[in-house]
Amino acid sequence: MSNKDTPAAPVQRAKTTGLHKGDIAPGVAKVDPIIIADGVRRTFGGLTAVDVDHIEIPRNAITALIGPNGAGKTTLFNLLTGFDKPDEGKWTFNGHALAGMGAHKVARLGQVRTFQLTKALGLLTVLENMKLGAKDQIGENIFRGMIPKLWRKQEAEIEARAEVLLKKFKLDAKSSDFAASLSGGQRKLLEMARALMSEPALVMLDEPMAGVNPALTESLLDHILDLKEEGMTVLFVEHDMHMVRHIADWVIVMAEGKVVAEGPPDQVMKNQAVIDAYLGSHQDVDLGIVTGRIEGELNTAAITMAAEVEELDSKIAKRKEPRK
Amino acid sequence: MDILQILSNTGSSLIAPATIGYALAALGLAMHFGFTGLLNMGMAAFMAIGAYGYAISILTFGFPWWGGMLVGVGGSLIFALILGIPTLRLRGDYLAIVTIAAAEVVRLLFLTTTFDKYTGSADGLSGYHASFRAFNPIPDGTYGFGPWVYNANGWWVRIFGIVILALAALILWTVMRSPWGRVIKGIREDEDAVRALGKNVFSYKLQSLMLGGVFGAMGGIIYALPASVNPGVYVTSLTFFVYTALLLGGAATIFGPIIGSVIFWGVQTLLSNLLPALVNIGVLPFMTTTQSQTVRFILVGVALMLLVIYRPQGILGNKKELTFVK
Amino acid sequence: MNTAEYRRTRRRNRRGVLVALIVALSAAFSLMAMPAMADEVNVDQYDNSIIGNVKLESVPLEGVRLTISGGGYEVDVVTDADGQWKVGVPDGDEFSVTLDENTLPEGIAVIDEVGDDDTPNVKEAMIGPSGSTVMNFFIGRGERNVTSFFDQFVERIVNGLNFGLMLGLAAIGISLVYGTTGLSNFAHAEMVTFGAVMALIVSVDLGWPIWLAIPIAVLLSAGFGWSLDAGLWKPLRKKGVGVVQLMIVSIGLSLALRYTFQYFRGGGTEQLPGSDSPDIPLFGSVSLSQTNMISMVISIVVICIFAWWLVRTKIGKATRAVSDNPSLAAASGIDVDQVVRVVWILAAAMAGLAGVLWAYFRPGIRWDMGAQILLLVFAAVTLGGLGTAFGALVGSIIVGILVETSSLFIPSDLKYVGALVVLIVILLFRPQGILGRSERIG
Repeated sequence: MSNKDTPAAPVQRAKTTGLHKGDIAPGVAKVDPIIIADGVRRTFGGLTAVDVDHIEIPRNAITALIGPNGAGKTTLFNLLTGFDKPDEGKWTFNGHALAGMGAHKVARLGQVRTFQLTKALGLLTVLENMKLGAKDQIGENIFRGMIPKLWRKQEAEIEARAEVLLKKFKLDAKSSDFAASLSGGQRKLLEMARALMSEPALVMLDEPMAGVNPALTESLLDHILDLKEEGMTVLFVEHDMHMVRHIADWVIVMAEGKVVAEGPPDQVMKNQAVIDAYLGSHQDVDLGIVTGRIEGELNTAAITMAAEVEELDSKIAKRKEPRK
Repeated sequence: MDILQILSNTGSSLIAPATIGYALAALGLAMHFGFTGLLNMGMAAFMAIGAYGYAISILTFGFPWWGGMLVGVGGSLIFALILGIPTLRLRGDYLAIVTIAAAEVVRLLFLTTTFDKYTGSADGLSGYHASFRAFNPIPDGTYGFGPWVYNANGWWVRIFGIVILALAALILWTVMRSPWGRVIKGIREDEDAVRALGKNVFSYKLQSLMLGGVFGAMGGIIYALPASVNPGVYVTSLTFFVYTALLLGGAATIFGPIIGSVIFWGVQTLLSNLLPALVNIGVLPFMTTTQSQTVRFILVGVALMLLVIYRPQGILGNKKELTFVK
Repeated sequence: MNTAEYRRTRRRNRRGVLVALIVALSAAFSLMAMPAMADEVNVDQYDNSIIGNVKLESVPLEGVRLTISGGGYEVDVVTDADGQWKVGVPDGDEFSVTLDENTLPEGIAVIDEVGDDDTPNVKEAMIGPSGSTVMNFFIGRGERNVTSFFDQFVERIVNGLNFGLMLGLAAIGISLVYGTTGLSNFAHAEMVTFGAVMALIVSVDLGWPIWLAIPIAVLLSAGFGWSLDAGLWKPLRKKGVGVVQLMIVSIGLSLALRYTFQYFRGGGTEQLPGSDSPDIPLFGSVSLSQTNMISMVISIVVICIFAWWLVRTKIGKATRAVSDNPSLAAASGIDVDQVVRVVWILAAAMAGLAGVLWAYFRPGIRWDMGAQILLLVFAAVTLGGLGTAFGALVGSIIVGILVETSSLFIPSDLKYVGALVVLIVILLFRPQGILGRSERIG
């Protein structure tokens, strides 16, 4: 593990190994998969954004989904979580067939996600944000909601649970502030904590590190590692290779919508397909930056730039979105 | 110029059925727009359906007054479903255009001579008061003081309206304090985030549309209760006026819409009495009395612009809790 | 929204297919019997009135439908049990009264008393000094005056095309503004009215010739657009006001402007010179008035020039780039503010021209004439795909033809309903509109 660029890296925890069955190749079978997807394809007006033949996500491990811009990572995320509909394909989560299921139903089955652009609910307080995450609330029915007696007790339990989580994520002091007043990193933490309120089996994090202040990076990494210890499965999209190498047990690499490689992090980084994928995609960005690689790993400048470009892209997408 | 008369009219307008009707519709918009973030520009249709449902079921079917109200409210629930199912997936300004179009469709259907027998087309409907007045518990006579002197029927309409308004405000207050209200406010902030937490956003939006729609329909009924159903009332401008009242008071508040409506009508009545009087005594030599009646509508437009630009949270709203969908 | 109609309203075939919703409604209503009411329409609203009595050999005919139109005002009335009808009408105009022969009993028609009248069921009414006029038809057994369905259909299509092109002028502007600034501009309706009112002031109040008045009105409209952008929208953009807030501001502006027009011009309808130009027969029974022909040509020429501008010129290309992706356009050195300014000027100029043409088409100028077509323009823009100029044009033509031809099948006072229902239905299946792109790759 290379920690030279990450100051004060947290205490190294054991990686989970032996996740796959047979030879490592794209689409390799897993010993205990939580998600199995087959033939998932999504096109946007002739362009194929995602075309995954077969993919399995190992249970109770941390899996990273990496790849250059436009590789289809976020689209795959959206498809798996029901936020987008594929042209074809089917997949299961914990044995439940998910294809065609709405996002909220997917979430109820225990597969929750966060977003690349943090979606803290700005004009709700931090505590309200947390409470919203809890599942099966009696008072969320409009008629029962009108009779506080019915939901007071459950509300108190939810609040207690929220306070524990907030303390853990060091947001307890902010609990009655509007979420809009939090810093970018705090919002990421809040979003993750809120997702945990639903006691999920699989947590899907879309770029958990994007825009997070370095001071918070460490605690965020720790929180992700904690999730695994608590028995959850984590799947995350990330550009920060240090983070990927540091915490991921398994890495899946996508390029041009396809899975081009997968395997344990130290092996995958050396894979020629991965190097090609990253190089290929950046020729039009700035070759000078991209070619300064070490052992098939993009240097930080290229990664940062890639992240910036993607962030700009998504901001533009967000600007456009409400007008659709 | 009779200052006392002008002030008396203004005072009277504060609890007029029209004011109460606006307040109910504004509460409905607070539910839709202020709390859920749904830009419903079709509130006039909910009001029209309430009023026509009430009047038609009494005049055509001989329903009692409470049956008519149930029909009006039921009609608004059905309309919310028909309107909501296709449109609630649309966002922001798209939703606004579709709801305004749907409201216009409803108005034209009430206005057309094709259904003249039931809707009275351009004449509207009247003469449906007997049943409601028969239930009036107030003995005949004239009651009140100052500007608020009405006969038994006048008081019965007003008291009934205020009770309904209080009930609506209470319901809104209760549901917005509940976990249901938390989901609703979450949807206003970011519906995808709420969806990712396992909430059926579409269903919540539909419930919000229906609840607010019922308030609107009751508003339409109260508005039409003392006199007649006039199709000229339910134009798109009605929705805009109710928005002005809502934004005046504060979109994401319970009492804001009520206070906003009272101020809206108070100022409207004051201007419609004061300006012609000023013209008549020669204070405003550059306008005619007809023109002076138009001025107050120009002012509504200007007020709406200024409110949105300078005080979007309204009079009662929290500066931090700006309610505009980003 | 008063329905706008040709003054020389031809008879229409009102039997026919109704929109599903209307069928459902009328079915529901027809289940119940209702006592006939004395039929008086808009009598309380207007001082003047037209009255009549429809009888066949002294027997009153109930349920006969008449359409009274003129000066942008149109209303339908149905006779009561005594065969009587009464309609309140606004001041000053001539009105045409059309008796719908399809609502007469079988074998009964309006008799041509003069002998050379092709359309005895259509009569012109002038309101006398008494404020009231009587309009009766000679009814008897005889052949009905029938214009072939095909001729009616062709004529409606031609009218619809004309109406659609006019809507297109307004819709392109709304679409450009939306594309470059994200604003759904409700005050666009008043920019349409503005053009018409300016033409009226220059041609009637100042007495200048109309061929000069129209360009001046368009120029004034362009200036109006520029000043709205400079005085209102640009400062708000700089302030970072959100699109929903901007939209509500535009609603406020729309109300303020609309009532300002009423303040200065009153509530009546005024005509531009030449609005009663003669009809020129084209073929069959199809004819088109001179002004309508000219207005069609103007629309087509202006739209072609606009298309050339958008596709060929530097600023036009920049406009498309900004519509496509404002951040990227700004990043690649396009002066977004300048583009938006040009867009406002162009949008206002075209809206002003649309206003003048609308004034001839309705016919007449009224303080709320723009608001009457605003929803149709929005429907057109949404239909074509928000933010695409050519989509707006295609959407406009579809809406125009739809509105005009739909009155062959549904009552004319419901003709806007058809277009609006289509808008809602299309959004159900294709929210991005006909020419709009679906989601971009994320």
